[in-house]
Amino acid sequence: MNPSTQASELTPRQFVRWMWRQLTSMRTALFLLLLLAVAAVPGSLVPQRGVDARAVQAFFQDHPTLAPVLDAIGMFSVYSSPWFSAIYLLLMLSLVGCIVPRIGVYAKALRARPPRAPRNFARLPGSGSFTTTASVDEVVSAGRQMLGRARIDVVQTGNGTELRAEKGYLRELGNLVFHCSILVVLVGVAIGALWSYRGAVMVTEGDGFSNTLSQYDEFNSGPLYDPDNLPPFGLTVDRMIAEFHSSGPQMGAPRLFQADVTYTERPGDEPQNYEIVVNNPLSLDGGDVFLIGQGYAPVIRVTDANGEVVFDDAVIFLPQDGTYLSEGVVKVPDAAPEQLGFQGFFMPTAVSTGDDAPTRTVYPGAVNPVVGLRMWSGDLGLDDGTPQSVYTLQKEQMTEVLGDDGEPFNISLSPGQVQDLPGGGSIEFVDLQRFARFQIADVPAKSLPLVGVSVGLIGLMASLMVRPRRTWITATTSTDEAGRTLTSVNVGVLDRVPRDETPIDLDAFLRDLQQALPTSNNLKETQT
Amino acid sequence: MRLEQYAQISNYAMVAATCVLALAFVAHVAEWAFARKVVSDEKELVTSGPTPPAPPVEDEAPVTERFSRVGVTLTILAATLLVASVITRGLAAERVPLGNMYEFGLVGVAVALLTYLALVWKYQVQWAGGVVAAFGLVMLGMSLSTYVPAGPLVPALDSYWFEIHVSAVMLAGAFFLVGAAASVLYLIRARAEAKGNVGAVLRRLPAAAVMDKLAYRVNAMAFPLWTFGALIAGPIWAHYAWGRYWGWDPKEVWAFITWVVYAGYLHARATAGWKGRRAAIFCLIGFVTFLFSYYGVNLFGSGLHSYAK
Repeated sequence: MNPSTQASELTPRQFVRWMWRQLTSMRTALFLLLLLAVAAVPGSLVPQRGVDARAVQAFFQDHPTLAPVLDAIGMFSVYSSPWFSAIYLLLMLSLVGCIVPRIGVYAKALRARPPRAPRNFARLPGSGSFTTTASVDEVVSAGRQMLGRARIDVVQTGNGTELRAEKGYLRELGNLVFHCSILVVLVGVAIGALWSYRGAVMVTEGDGFSNTLSQYDEFNSGPLYDPDNLPPFGLTVDRMIAEFHSSGPQMGAPRLFQADVTYTERPGDEPQNYEIVVNNPLSLDGGDVFLIGQGYAPVIRVTDANGEVVFDDAVIFLPQDGTYLSEGVVKVPDAAPEQLGFQGFFMPTAVSTGDDAPTRTVYPGAVNPVVGLRMWSGDLGLDDGTPQSVYTLQKEQMTEVLGDDGEPFNISLSPGQVQDLPGGGSIEFVDLQRFARFQIADVPAKSLPLVGVSVGLIGLMASLMVRPRRTWITATTSTDEAGRTLTSVNVGVLDRVPRDETPIDLDAFLRDLQQALPTSNNLKETQT
Repeated sequence: MRLEQYAQISNYAMVAATCVLALAFVAHVAEWAFARKVVSDEKELVTSGPTPPAPPVEDEAPVTERFSRVGVTLTILAATLLVASVITRGLAAERVPLGNMYEFGLVGVAVALLTYLALVWKYQVQWAGGVVAAFGLVMLGMSLSTYVPAGPLVPALDSYWFEIHVSAVMLAGAFFLVGAAASVLYLIRARAEAKGNVGAVLRRLPAAAVMDKLAYRVNAMAFPLWTFGALIAGPIWAHYAWGRYWGWDPKEVWAFITWVVYAGYLHARATAGWKGRRAAIFCLIGFVTFLFSYYGVNLFGSGLHSYAK
């Protein structure tokens, strides 16, 4: 019967069984493992939404034709894409299909007695024999002692006495524990993914944050998490400390970032103080607060042509690189007669080497802070209801304000300085503050994956290091020409892993066994 | 002594170690070259007539032996210099010198050389000397390309999980390296054995089966270490430093890929009974993924582990 007709004659039940056997075969498991490795690769090459949403946006701008195609096949969220999920779910199914029968086999093996000796020891990877004047009982008890904690049966057979020993049951136990713990890890990760939330927020010194959805700059939560039920803690940033190395080869490298906060875990609680440092988050009921960034927030005051103070607030300037050259935007919708917008940069330590040389910043600490801005007037576009970022200025309905020389009007301010604006009014760099960037997250059951991997590691080590071995010792009495009663001893050893190698310690075992006998009068020995 | 002086000594010792290791490599190449000469002499003798071939090795073997010994001695010197460089680097930076790619490479090669020398002392594995020296040179060269002056750690690295995570991962990497070297040598030797033509150079290597087993044992040691370093210590630290234990950062992705490939290798070896060639290729794929997660990610990618720049 050829295979194709056989396949067509399979009943649905047989077909399912055939599929199941294919899925749970080692070959399929190996293939799925490699496939999982290959499928994980694109996520390290293409920016991922869950890792860096801004990079994904930038990718869309740089590759307008390619990006939608990649998006359609889930390339920007590889690790939650259907195809990646399909691979690991199949792998898990294959794992379960492999593990469940093996648990049954193992349970049976635990109750089973060591198997009987093979008829021909010479066929075993390792065997040896010797003749001794010691009695059969002495040989058996010496053998028992040598084999220690192995499971041992002593049986009388037609050929004499047979000692059967098996050890190394922990190997398969470790193996099963390791594979089960992978399932535990996966369950833990799944619980975490479904019920977790993670958000980021920038808070200026003196400002507060209360844990509600509207206060976050970025917020992601698992599909089963209800963002209306965010735990009601709140905090105020009293001081943001940032220290940098001011000399030496690593000048400018960060030394300390610390946010001194006052927090209340529940409304009405007594406020507590805490110093949040990188690597030392604030752990609250229902969320951990991590310090993941910081930067400068100059306090800007704008007075319009009527002499009214129309803006007076700390403005967050986003750091662009490690020098803390930062970019920011000031929007003044209340200015009269027209709305005003300012866009520019902040330099913590501005240095100008000459009249023509551009100003640059040389050190991330605020030694000579300077705000440089250009100015637009017109309609900020805030009124039509479309949400817009506070960090970008929409200039479609605005015109850049020019100076007397016809060039764009430049504002350059140090703390305390005021500059008059063309058309009346002024802008002042009142004070320099810092802001802290926090990540607030709660992942339920996060210890479950940790426990899973740790227990799995112990199981893994057992499964790699324990060596299961079967040992048989047969002892037969005979009488030699001189009429002495002799015992001929045969020893056979079978290492179950690795299967086809000569056990290296067989020599030592034979020697120790002979020495353990009360009479060391052993007559001849052979070993194969 | 001032910190700058320690840093200076560390740099000199590093350069000296690289030069000495290069000399050790030359010595091992010479060892192989002379071994080759033995073979050609043998052939001449065989073809030169009915006289039974006298043992031709006698004249040349001591030369080969001497070069081997010179190679090992130079490697000992190189390892000593590297250890000195690591210690002075730590003194200069006033911390454990594992804070950036340069220091990571430095300590990694030092550990690999010391492991190799311990194996020479215990199991006479001088035959691997040339390969070890070559790998060491490449790794030192790669580290030099990421040189940064000695200095304190950035705040994100200031955690004791840092030492635990990095040292476990590095030790695993050193074992992966040894496993990969054994697999390469296995493939070469097994090919020669299959052809029935094991030359004098290859004859200095142990039998293919021995190297196959060595590769498996070393990788079986490395895998739990990698599991601990990359999948336990790493995530714990990531939780404190970045607010999440696993975030598919490129380095994490590649650490995961490496883990998956080596898991596949161990399955193939232990359960499916894939020995020899297929296992060796599997192991080498695993090593390439490890190299990429160790070096490639920092070179080509961005991400939170981008302390290379």
